[in-house]
Amino acid sequence: MDNKHKNSVRAKQDRAGWYFLTPATLLIAIMSFYPIIQALLTSFKTGSSAAMTWAEPITFNYARMFQDRRFMTAVGNTFLYLIVQVPIMLILAILLAQLLNNKDVKFRGLFRTCIFLPCATSLVSYSLIFKSLFATQGLINTILVNLGILKENFNFLGTPWSARMIIIIALVWRWTGYNMVFYLAGLQGIEYSVYEAAKIDGANGWKTFWHITVPLLRPTIIMTFIMSINGTLQLFDESVNLTSGGPANSTITMSHYIYNNSFGQGVANFGYASAMSFFVFILVAILAAINLKVGDKRD
Amino acid sequence: MTNTTNMPIKRNKSSIQRRLIPTYIFLIIASFLSVFPFYWMISAATNKTLDVARGKLTFGSAAGENLHNLLANYDLWTALGNSFKYAIVQTVVALFICSLAGYGFELYHDKYKDLVFSILLLAMMVPQVATMIPLFKMMSKMGFLNTVWGFMLPAISTPFLIMMFRQNSRNFPIDILEAARIDGLSEIMIFFRMYLPVMKATYAAAAVITFMNAWNSYLWPKVVLNKTEAQTMPMLIANISGGYTVDYGLLMMGVLFCSVPTMVIFFILQRQFTEGITGAVK
Repeated sequence: MDNKHKNSVRAKQDRAGWYFLTPATLLIAIMSFYPIIQALLTSFKTGSSAAMTWAEPITFNYARMFQDRRFMTAVGNTFLYLIVQVPIMLILAILLAQLLNNKDVKFRGLFRTCIFLPCATSLVSYSLIFKSLFATQGLINTILVNLGILKENFNFLGTPWSARMIIIIALVWRWTGYNMVFYLAGLQGIEYSVYEAAKIDGANGWKTFWHITVPLLRPTIIMTFIMSINGTLQLFDESVNLTSGGPANSTITMSHYIYNNSFGQGVANFGYASAMSFFVFILVAILAAINLKVGDKRD
Repeated sequence: MTNTTNMPIKRNKSSIQRRLIPTYIFLIIASFLSVFPFYWMISAATNKTLDVARGKLTFGSAAGENLHNLLANYDLWTALGNSFKYAIVQTVVALFICSLAGYGFELYHDKYKDLVFSILLLAMMVPQVATMIPLFKMMSKMGFLNTVWGFMLPAISTPFLIMMFRQNSRNFPIDILEAARIDGLSEIMIFFRMYLPVMKATYAAAAVITFMNAWNSYLWPKVVLNKTEAQTMPMLIANISGGYTVDYGLLMMGVLFCSVPTMVIFFILQRQFTEGITGAVK
């Protein structure tokens, strides 16, 4: 094969490579990058969707956002879910993974399937199941009243603190098994002999957990942590379907409030909604940047 | 816990099991709490709303009545059909586009393609809520509202899937590629004839996770599918629950219809589902 021919074959192969990745690349450019630029531009505009004009002053929507009590409530709620729910869920997940990684435990497959099962429901489905379970005339109330813990039926979803708590409980229920799967995969990478050695050295369960499992799972923990924060910042289905954001916006999330301002409740305030959504984008982007930085350090 | 420094290598089996009792209790409670809402959903779907409210936990005989009421008041079959159609089409198209890209990025990689790849990964940090307004305008301009196109276009090329296929393509033996070239196969035919069959496991995992995501998606369908005829199962059950008075039996019958397909997949393809979740992380 002469050199010229060889080069043309190479070029042909190289071109084929470009053809293969073009559809995916174009789609991401058109469906992610172009819209995010559009969102930024729209966030500086006001008016109805048909006839939008540049805002006066240009930062009008952003100034409004920081003075909007309701949006600030939504930000606060989202961060409350983040700070309370994510640690509880991850600790539970890692504990369960540790217990299920013990080869002496029988029926491990069955336990694993059960705990993982909540992932098989759609977010809307489980939201509605929890809404019904915790309804004023629902099962949880009936049980608590019959046990004498409550004197009369309590409106869990109509009281701010308990409504927030139920969103947190529901989130823990839905996502603990999901995170556990990552930890189980991570634990399988740890040689069982490490544990045997620790046992022989006289380390008890807790010591093994803190000094062997947690450090070895560090990369997985960081990854699940970032994923969970990312998911929490974008919470929508639960807020809409479990509590409808109520009572009086006390459980509403950022995405839900943005939706209400753009497509829900007869308001189509695209400029303002875009400004708020860009705020969410910046939060997620900061998170991703932290992720990259931490990710670089880990090995 | 006792000091086990001088323990015999083979400990008494029953003593091991005895020490595991707290573990079992914890696992049983966790399993019960995980499974109970499912049991309750199914039992509620077979009971009248009054019995559900009273806290009846056993199966009832009102399943037929609930289903009848559900069909009389809501267009269940249309929503179910839509959900299947959208999810299947999205899965097939997404797998094709993303596997092709993952294959291209891994087996034809050079520094320019690697650069494109790292730019694409940036799309992971774009939240759905930030693109929904521009995408809605785009879809309505193109006449894609209430169509499968509008539903799937933003979701058929994802950094997650591309990365998953790229990572798993590392195991694809380059020798096969060279041998096929010598045999005179064109590049695209190598993809179809050589790559596709070898990567079956990755396709299965990617299909499960994509189908689940498509079936369960809610925010974007709510934006792009605003006609009742185009709505999906999650949208339908959300509507049932939105009414002033809720018939719990009917609602849970709807939730059951929305959950059964994903639950069946979960039970049959649990391994692929797990691989799909953890797929791009290696």
